[in-house]
Amino acid sequence: MANTKSSDAFVEFERVQKSYDGENLVVKDLNLSLPKGEFLTMLGPSGSGKTTCLMMLAGFETATYGDIRLDGVSINNIPPHKRGIGMVFQNYALFPHMTVAENLSFPLEVRKMGKSKREEKIMRTLDMVQMRDFAGRRPAQLSGGQQQRIALARALVFEPELVLMDEPLGALDKQLRETLQFEITKLAHDLGITVVYVTHDQTEALTMSDRVAVFDDGRIQQLAPPDKLYEEPENSFVAQFIGENNTLEGTVQDIRNGIAIVKLDSGELIDAKPVNVSKAGERTRVSIRPERVEYNRERLQEDAFTLKAEVLEFIYMGDIFRTRLRVAGRDDFVIKTRNAPDQDRLTPGTQIEIGWLPEDCRALDA
Amino acid sequence: MSDAPTVQTAASSAAEARAADAAHTGPMLAADGTPLKKSLNRALRLQKVRALALIGPLLIFVLVTFIAPIADMLFRSVENEIVSNTLPRTTDMLAEWDAKGTEFPQEPIFEALYDDMFFAKEAKLHTRLGSRLNYELTGVSSLFRKTGRKVDDMGEVYQDQFEDLDDFWKTGENWNSLMASDGWLVAMDGWKKSDGKQPPFELREGIAEMLPATTETYVRFADFIQNQDEDNLYKKDPWAIVYSSLHADLTGQNSVASYTGPAAAELKAAAAAAPAFETVNFSEAFRDIDKDWHALDVWQTIKVYSPKYTSGYFLNAVDMQKSVDGPELRPENERIYGILFWRTIVMSVVITGSCILLGYPVAWILANLPVRQANLLLILVLLPFWTSLLVRTSAWKVMLQQEGVINDTLVWLGLVATDDRLALINNQTGTIIAMTHILLPFMILPLYSVMQTIQPSYLRAAKSLGATNWTAFWRVYFPQSIPGIGAGSILVFILAIGYYITPAIVGGTSGTFISNRIAYHISSSLNWGLGAALGAILLAAVLLLYYAYDKIVGIDNVKLG
Repeated sequence: MANTKSSDAFVEFERVQKSYDGENLVVKDLNLSLPKGEFLTMLGPSGSGKTTCLMMLAGFETATYGDIRLDGVSINNIPPHKRGIGMVFQNYALFPHMTVAENLSFPLEVRKMGKSKREEKIMRTLDMVQMRDFAGRRPAQLSGGQQQRIALARALVFEPELVLMDEPLGALDKQLRETLQFEITKLAHDLGITVVYVTHDQTEALTMSDRVAVFDDGRIQQLAPPDKLYEEPENSFVAQFIGENNTLEGTVQDIRNGIAIVKLDSGELIDAKPVNVSKAGERTRVSIRPERVEYNRERLQEDAFTLKAEVLEFIYMGDIFRTRLRVAGRDDFVIKTRNAPDQDRLTPGTQIEIGWLPEDCRALDA
Repeated sequence: MSDAPTVQTAASSAAEARAADAAHTGPMLAADGTPLKKSLNRALRLQKVRALALIGPLLIFVLVTFIAPIADMLFRSVENEIVSNTLPRTTDMLAEWDAKGTEFPQEPIFEALYDDMFFAKEAKLHTRLGSRLNYELTGVSSLFRKTGRKVDDMGEVYQDQFEDLDDFWKTGENWNSLMASDGWLVAMDGWKKSDGKQPPFELREGIAEMLPATTETYVRFADFIQNQDEDNLYKKDPWAIVYSSLHADLTGQNSVASYTGPAAAELKAAAAAAPAFETVNFSEAFRDIDKDWHALDVWQTIKVYSPKYTSGYFLNAVDMQKSVDGPELRPENERIYGILFWRTIVMSVVITGSCILLGYPVAWILANLPVRQANLLLILVLLPFWTSLLVRTSAWKVMLQQEGVINDTLVWLGLVATDDRLALINNQTGTIIAMTHILLPFMILPLYSVMQTIQPSYLRAAKSLGATNWTAFWRVYFPQSIPGIGAGSILVFILAIGYYITPAIVGGTSGTFISNRIAYHISSSLNWGLGAALGAILLAAVLLLYYAYDKIVGIDNVKLG
């Protein structure tokens, strides 16, 4: 976890706590530091504290304890309008009584910018989001996607170095969301701005971010780049939350040469990579990604453990096949295979044998 | 490629259909060939009937209890039939009279007046007319009442002479034998009160040609006795005015010499004696009752108000009066309505302004509190609605008077000297304070419902964009709350402009509204026409302001919830 104070840290949370009622902590001992230009996503289920963190950074909530620093300066006592942070809201929050151009002009006017300079900036920013033709419209005359572009433009027009986004794409349909995800990432990189992005959509988090902070229960469970997060979850919450995941429960029987032998509750033995287990006798959950499960015996290592499985359901999903199996007494075990010309289509009722590479199977906390 | 021809066929048939549609220039047709409009109307008719049935009861209720009374009241502001109905002959003859001259009317007009007054007195309508004309000229009411009492005496000069000549003229039976048809006399002979309605009076044939004036008067007399008094006409002795008419006929051009019917002898004797009778000069007789009958202004007032419809009430309502020279402004010391209208509008604006100032922060708090607390506060706002208006207003009387709670507190605090207590009631201050309090909920509720729809994220967005709290409020929040201010202002202003209980109780003389004057005319002076005219002007003022509001702010911008 990046809780060390690095010299290039642009935004820093240090031992931040937040409580609304004086009894429960919504945010527990948060330490987070991100350098200039990073795109960081706060991902987590609702109530995990991610939005509270964003609001504390924006200045709409005050931290109960701890320090929040922006560019090395503590901003705990700076009111929101002096922080110079751009923000995009989930419901866009475009001022309905102003036109698009007036909405964009607002942050410039309160900064007492001259008219010609304002207009130039507004047009340039509208060009960035390809909305120049809509300058004279009212927000109500725009579609959801267009409104979100304008909200983005308004957050960028006064050239803040840090932009916060609170589930900005939550209300849009899938296709539009994907287009905008791409555009936001590209804009952020082109402009070199630092972005803190809050979402509960893991796909969004994985595709857009430099790093993702997974929140649960007021704490950051893991802070890592998307690939690391997906492939090397550090605990079973992250493993469950990010992507699809198969879980088997059991007890560690032995750890040897960096490989743990786990005895499943149903009696079978498997090998796994020890991540959160250190000694024999500990309870553990092993986690295997569906696409890393192999049922073709020839592709497995000679001495690999294998489990017997029965095919329950075969789902054709276009690019992949999704097959549900009964394994070790559980019937929610899923494997995914690429739709390739030589791929088998498993028929329900077939008995197969499955296995995996030990490093793809992670023994995590119980 | 076997699909290709099929595709082609489908495409070409679609194209044909399009071409057919394009070529068809008449009205759109439904599937069965009837015009689309017609079949749509038929489909919608049932819905319309059902909708009408649902609103029907309320519509009728509103028409009967709201629209109709208002229309009736507005009509009263121009209606003036009482003058020409009560004095029909006089007003007819006055049309010829030059009201702008210095001569009061001549004898024939006084004769007509005697005629009209006599019947009006019998029907007891003369006092009503007196009250009506008294609104325009003070003193007319007592003039009419006095004249009504004495008008009988005028005709008795002739009655006495006829009766002295022959006892025949004394009784109703004899008169009827002369005036009525044989058929009616036979019918009346057998009629008793228990038989119900009297047989309607019928004239003897030829009598109208011989005694035209007497006939006319007698017919009116008979009609009155039979239909108004419901007395037995057969036994009723005629009124004095019948003798006057008989005298006029017998001294006129028509001769009774050839008459051979009943009572021919008595009639001929009377005709012979009549020219020697003592005569009455009605003009002088009226002057003897009251010298005002020879005053120009009484006659001018009657003439000016002769038409069935008058602009007089409206002119009165704007401090003008109707004179023979047309509308003119009243003397300075008689102008009150202009001041009252102006005061009503200015004070309503002040009250509306105070309601905005006091209500806006409350509505803001309400809209931004958690629902539970907001509901509790809302009950406090609505509490005044559950208290009687009179109780609330009286409470203000207790609070505001010189020895009242507020003055006592100020004296106790040493802010006001005890012999220099503030005058907070029975003036405009009292009206403004009490009415602001009473109308405040009407401002808060629409404001609250509009503010509820303004999401807090707008303010956050404004602040994140660099706006201070004030700028965020003024540039972002306030413009969005304007529809609520508009709705609240229209409500409060329209209610204030027509309010009358509170100004009447706490307003004294300087804090009363035009509506207090309307109430006075409706319930005390009973000058309903003037009250209606004032009300109509008030209604027009409200509609005008509403129109102006629509033009300036736009009525679409009003949200009541």
